[in-house]
Amino acid sequence: MKLIACVNHVPDTATKVNVASDGKSIDRTGVNFIINPYDEFAVEECLRQKEKNGGEIIAVSLGTDVHKETLRKCLAMGVDKAVLLKDDGARDTFGVAKALAEYLREQAADVIFFGKQSVDGDDAAVGPMVAELLGIPSVTVVVKVAIAGTKVTAEREIEGGHEIVETSLPCVITAQKGLNDPRYPSLKGIMGAKNKPIEERPASPDASRSTVAAMRKPKAKAGGKIVGTDASAAQELVRLLHEEAKVI
Amino acid sequence: MKILVVAEQRDGKVKKAGWEAVRAGRTLADATRGEVIALVIGNAIKEAAAGAGNYGAHRALAVEHPRLSAYSTTAYTKIVAEAAKQSGATVVLIPATSQGKDYAPRVAVRLEAGLAADCTSLSVDNGTIVATRPIYAGKAVTDVRITSPMQVFTLRPNVFTAGEPSATAATVDVFNVTLSEEDFRSVVTDVKQSSGKLDVAEADIIVSGGRGLKGPEHFVMIEELAEVLGAAVGASRAVVDAGWRPHDEQVGQTGKTVSPSLYIAVAISGAIQHLAGMSSSKYIVAINKDKDAPIFQVADYGIVGDAFEVVPAVTAAAKQLLGK
Ligand SMILES: Cc1cc2nc3c(=O)[nH]c(=O)nc-3n(C[C@H](O)[C@H](O)[C@H](O)COP(=O)(O)OP(=O)(O)OC[C@H]3O[C@@H](n4cnc5c(N)ncnc54)[C@H](O)[C@@H]3O)c2cc1C
Ligand SMILES: Nc1ncnc2c1ncn2[C@@H]1O[C@H](COP(=O)(O)O)[C@@H](O)[C@H]1O
Repeated sequence: MKLIACVNHVPDTATKVNVASDGKSIDRTGVNFIINPYDEFAVEECLRQKEKNGGEIIAVSLGTDVHKETLRKCLAMGVDKAVLLKDDGARDTFGVAKALAEYLREQAADVIFFGKQSVDGDDAAVGPMVAELLGIPSVTVVVKVAIAGTKVTAEREIEGGHEIVETSLPCVITAQKGLNDPRYPSLKGIMGAKNKPIEERPASPDASRSTVAAMRKPKAKAGGKIVGTDASAAQELVRLLHEEAKVI
Repeated sequence: MKILVVAEQRDGKVKKAGWEAVRAGRTLADATRGEVIALVIGNAIKEAAAGAGNYGAHRALAVEHPRLSAYSTTAYTKIVAEAAKQSGATVVLIPATSQGKDYAPRVAVRLEAGLAADCTSLSVDNGTIVATRPIYAGKAVTDVRITSPMQVFTLRPNVFTAGEPSATAATVDVFNVTLSEEDFRSVVTDVKQSSGKLDVAEADIIVSGGRGLKGPEHFVMIEELAEVLGAAVGASRAVVDAGWRPHDEQVGQTGKTVSPSLYIAVAISGAIQHLAGMSSSKYIVAINKDKDAPIFQVADYGIVGDAFEVVPAVTAAAKQLLGK
């Protein structure tokens, strides 16, 4: 079985976001970058499917050289091969999806795993876009997946419950937290990953269809009110919510 | 501009997020002397489609098929794309629900359209749409312009207002799309609803509990307050990771991003990842015994006190007020 995980390299979730001087991107000074948390579930799922069905795993990332750090992490976790599609521009999700799809079309994988979303742009779009470009099915926000022959049964999270989706290989799956518990790379894995090559290819030209006109921090809240310091404040709180905020 | 809006339905009823999108479409249409066409997809949904008039749609399209009583990514992609093409719409609005987010990126690709996902506001500047969307789970916001002639936007639920329904029903045209086996390559075969549970992503009020509650058994207190307020129960990641609460209740950067009218955070410290998911709520109440907890920085109202004493008192006061 040929499995591919698409992985993004993003600011760690503890980052305090500041807008850079161009007014359109984040200030990267002092920001620590990590593998996109949802993409770890994608990589882990590849490893588990390989343990069951055998095969090969490729991790692919589109971006600058710094993405190699995330690709090394994937190698340390146990993927067989890492590919960097080199690009130093700021693409929108379609721009990313188009270039990934071009590489992925060549590879003809059985399953391509993505994260549910990148925690930088929060678009949740690249996975299904790639599937559409390749003309294959996609199941998003998946917390459970079973593959039997070419039949795929996946459980996806929806509002207030779960949906069971049936589809077939080849397909795209986007991983939600709960799909698995990603392993920590072993020391041996980490050491081994240092010497493994990362294949580099130029990403195909940017096909983005949107631009960021401006970026800013959300309006800060005006200072709140401490209603009290014990249970006796409950009446007043409820009154404020009812009469002032009018939300209950 | 001609605007196609998908009014998402469940069990033959259009969801609130669907009407919010229709009304948002109408606002854009009014600014551009355009037309809003609502699209309802399902089985036996003509009546629901007529309701789109109440929220500002000029007309409605109904796509009915027995197999569409269940959701299918592939079929929805085809239907929405065909409806946009055949109606001549250049703008497509889709609610950013779990369903809308699932097929909207595919629709965008099929229409050769740019996509702006999970928008919280749309405005018109010189005839083009400017979409505002939060990024980094709300730590920053961007203004995005789509550069292709066709444009797809998904709209975050609970942010746009559906407004009061008028008495105008929309004329409903049946829209025929040929659907073959190939279009049902992925289908929903079963839905497991968490019994009667209100989901944080859809709730107007959320009561969330954190690690300060000391154990899963004390969430009864949170559930009782939620019950009185008609609220959903939410949780911090600390309690989800500890296995006290199911994952679908997690609010935050790696959980759900929510913007209810009222968010009550009980014994939650307010870590940056938690704030990211809930700080766009209209009103925030914090109940925490540590006056320096970061949650107070985003709270509109706070009680610095022991949750074990304060929460039951709030529940009792709310019960009294609401006559329950
Ligand atoms: C990659 C990553 C992603 C993350 N994503 C999320 C996310 O999506 N959502 C999320 O919530 N977190 C997330 N976190 C975790 C986050 O950093 C915090 O660890 C977590 O939010 C803490 O949960 P908490 O507030 O319940 O617990 P704590 O931080 O332990 O806070 C407990 C609070 O309870 C108060 N307290 C204690 N006893 C009482 C009492 N009797 N009465 C009143 N108050 C009391 C304390 O004063 C304290 O403020 C993420 C972390 C990482 C690294
Ligand atoms: N630059 C990238 N390189 C490789 N994969 C990516 C990249 N950007 C996004 N992805 C994948 O697409 C998923 C969804 O991302 P997004 O649509 O940006 O929220 C991520 O979880 C990754 O799996």
